[in-house]
Amino acid sequence: MSNIMNSIFDIRLLDDLARKETIVHRIHPLVKFLTTFIYLIVVVSFGKYEISGLLPLLIFPVLIMTLAELPLRPILKRMLIAAPFVVGIGIMNPIFDHQAVSIGGLSVSRGWITFLSITLKSVLTVSAALLLIATTGMDKLGSALRMLKIPRLFVLQLLLTYRYISVLMEEVSRVLRAYAMRSPQQKGVHWSVWGSLAGQLLIRTFERAQRVYLAMRLRGFTGEYNTGGYPGIAARDIAYMAGWTVFFVIARIYNIPMLIGSLFTGVIL
Amino acid sequence: MSHHKTEVRDLYYVYPDGHKAINGITFKIHHGESVGIIGANGAGKSTLLMLLMGVLFPCQGEVLVGEVPVTKKTVPVVRQRMGMVFQDPDDQLFMTTVYDDVAFGPRNYKLEETEVERRVHEALEMVGILHLKDRAPFKLSGGEKRAAAIASVLSMKPDILLMDEPTSALDPKSRRRLMKLLDGFEHTKIITSHDLDMVFELCTRTIVIKNGQIAADGPTKELLADAELMDDCGLEMPLALQGCPVCGRKNG
Repeated sequence: MSNIMNSIFDIRLLDDLARKETIVHRIHPLVKFLTTFIYLIVVVSFGKYEISGLLPLLIFPVLIMTLAELPLRPILKRMLIAAPFVVGIGIMNPIFDHQAVSIGGLSVSRGWITFLSITLKSVLTVSAALLLIATTGMDKLGSALRMLKIPRLFVLQLLLTYRYISVLMEEVSRVLRAYAMRSPQQKGVHWSVWGSLAGQLLIRTFERAQRVYLAMRLRGFTGEYNTGGYPGIAARDIAYMAGWTVFFVIARIYNIPMLIGSLFTGVIL
Repeated sequence: MSHHKTEVRDLYYVYPDGHKAINGITFKIHHGESVGIIGANGAGKSTLLMLLMGVLFPCQGEVLVGEVPVTKKTVPVVRQRMGMVFQDPDDQLFMTTVYDDVAFGPRNYKLEETEVERRVHEALEMVGILHLKDRAPFKLSGGEKRAAAIASVLSMKPDILLMDEPTSALDPKSRRRLMKLLDGFEHTKIITSHDLDMVFELCTRTIVIKNGQIAADGPTKELLADAELMDDCGLEMPLALQGCPVCGRKNG
């Protein structure tokens, strides 16, 4: 139970962070969205045995987190949510891919390298996505998506889901609490009542949706979702995006750690 | 200002499952009046509100707002004149910030963004929560949510305010603050509630509904003090009119 209440608090925290006023927060939401998007594509485009080439890309989340004055711990905690999935995907690799490679005299199975690569990619992508929300906020992200001509219905769906997820979770926690109070001996919910609990929530959700829709219609909603204007893209925003893009491309084409290493050893490949 | 009057003529409504919710209601509410609609659970209060707002349409009879009958065609005009505040503010605050919520109505009516901003500020100032404009609705307290929900309706500059249980789930201080706020509005007010003390203080006129019919319609001070009538309609006198629980002495 406490887990659910905690995650409600968690959701609110990202919103709090998004209301800060730093250099990163002031960048145009569309620009931040596109920069993150390019970043994700670059990260994902690396080969499955690549590790060293990915390392320079760590600068992006680290720098954003520093400039936006975001706390490290809550962001890390949220990144852990994705961890089970990543481990689930990557864990079979060391078992199936036995072929050994030697790195600096050390013999490692290729499976472990791909596993490490997957983990690193997930850290980069998940942190970039979280930082985007924590520096922009869901509402502005919504208007950025509209500027990209993403259909209104999808954006509306996203924003409403985000708005009502806390209401739904509060309702879930109420139902669970009511259940727990009258079944003191049990751990968790007995399978025989899963159906009726889920059904109960579904019906409540329908009713809530109906009332919300009614409230929208009463205030003149006709399907058009108007979020008001947003200031245009400034030169600073373009510089932000261009700067990062150039960096991403260089990091993609050249293996920067290798280059630096060869500079020191004096050997240029 | 007779064009602001709200009139209900011989209204009947039957739900699709056969439940007769409204059985012949007629009344007229004039500009600036503040009217309490009270009745037991299931008496037909909510259905009546839905009929006034043009969410449901009567099986017989008609609703007139100003001189305009409420029909599918006139609904947009009617809804601009009447603002409805829901019982659960969470249903009404669906945007990600208070500002956007209050701006939702004016933007739907295609007002200029500068005018939208002016109206939002005005509405938030009226309910005293201008400082919360950039907050997310789910982070507000119960009283603040209620104020935001009222502001979201005020920004459309309605002539008539419809309120469903405005004081429910509020702590005593927030309730008092809300009542003061509502008392200060010059709008025509139609309030349904079980909080009879609030109705007693805020509404000059009361309509008592029983089984989809009007059981009484008159000055609040007389009707709510009528213990027999109240008892007959599943209600009771406001606490302020009942005997003092300590000394047993009656008020006034």
